[in-house]
Amino acid sequence: MEKRSIVSINDLSRDKILSLLEAAGKFEENPNRDILSGKVIGSLFFEPSTRTRLSFETAAMRLGARVIGFSDAATSSASKGETLKDTIMMVSNYADLIVMRHRLEGAARYASEISPVPIINAGDGANQHPSQTMLDLYSMQKTQGTLENLHIHLVGDLKYGRTVHSMLHAMRHFKPTFRFISPEELHMPEEYRIFCRENNIPFTETTEFNEDVIADADIIYMTRVQRERFSDLMEYEKVKNCYRLTNSMLSGTKDNLKILHPLPRVTEIAHDVDSNPKAYYFQQAQNGLYVREALICDVLGINI
Amino acid sequence: MSEKKLALQVSALCNGTVIDHIPADKLFAVVNLLNIPDMETNVTIGNNLDSKKLGKKGLIKIADKFFTDDEVNRISLVAPNVVLNTIRNYQVVDKREVKMPDKLQNIVKCSNPNCITNNEPMDTLFHLVNRKEGTLKCHYCEKEKNVKEIELL
Repeated sequence: MEKRSIVSINDLSRDKILSLLEAAGKFEENPNRDILSGKVIGSLFFEPSTRTRLSFETAAMRLGARVIGFSDAATSSASKGETLKDTIMMVSNYADLIVMRHRLEGAARYASEISPVPIINAGDGANQHPSQTMLDLYSMQKTQGTLENLHIHLVGDLKYGRTVHSMLHAMRHFKPTFRFISPEELHMPEEYRIFCRENNIPFTETTEFNEDVIADADIIYMTRVQRERFSDLMEYEKVKNCYRLTNSMLSGTKDNLKILHPLPRVTEIAHDVDSNPKAYYFQQAQNGLYVREALICDVLGINI
Repeated sequence: MSEKKLALQVSALCNGTVIDHIPADKLFAVVNLLNIPDMETNVTIGNNLDSKKLGKKGLIKIADKFFTDDEVNRISLVAPNVVLNTIRNYQVVDKREVKMPDKLQNIVKCSNPNCITNNEPMDTLFHLVNRKEGTLKCHYCEKEKNVKEIELL
């Protein structure tokens, strides 16, 4: 069987993305399917990520698979100085598939090259987190009825935010229009602006975040502005509340608007937004379960 | 006799390699890159020679030494357009303009300290994503770098 790992959203074609989203839709209709009974899934979290781990492990269990692994490198041999290669080779003796999270960038790519069983990247440092990107796409498609021609506003930390960079890559297939809303210090890096120009993706940029700026948005994708990203803490104090979405800002927005956030949220979305029907971040996280069921079946070569 | 032939006669090699058209300011980078200071064969190094193409150029002649593709690839990273002449029995039997390859295996160090290649005993791999700009992309951490900023292994 051809080994089919999922390492980076950049590897996925438009057709592949759409077929995975279609499969995720089937899992949403019926998440409990006993199609992986007898399978064992290795869940290797070299760095803790409770949210992602629980989502993947729940996906595996709802498909009838059993799960082995660890939730922190401190409890694995990595803490004794074992190489990643040795850990992967050992676990691949036991598991049919490995889901892995690692603090080092490129760890999943390397694992996919040495492992005899497929790898799903559940996050490699600041690099890739394809299941997050897929659940973002699933949430946009589900709420808007399409991925084509959407006006997407990315707000907050656009410099270090892995999710927003992956979204640019994934959406290149679907003719989006972007607005980048961020403080000067956290602007979209030049390489991604070049990427947009090369792929004919129109975008505008602003440091203002107010009702007028978001009036034409179909999707507002909020991210957390993290204190540790600022060299000047005075600057952080100045900007942290400028990129805060409140319920009153939503009165003039489009009816179809949905607000997404990869979570965890801190102060960037006021709690009074939660009860607004345009708030979608909790359902978004739930969609992760269906998307991960689709990814697991795909790498194991199971059509549903 | 033409000037060129005279120059060839003066410094003719029986067997070996002539590396020509090295930008004058890159000559010593190439010398170090090829470990020439450690070589024990006959080596001639010239610099600031007149060149129609470059203005001033450097040139290295090494007796009884032939380079592998890997070694040639390394040269392309510091001096992308040098010319390698392979000499056998006083004849130029091969003339290659060094071109940066599409893939660079275990030649460039990734500058990202969080890249797996800097933390695991393994080869590095870079893809040339824009030849004109000289942009390389790490196969593993997917970070892009300009060839002017890279560090060789």
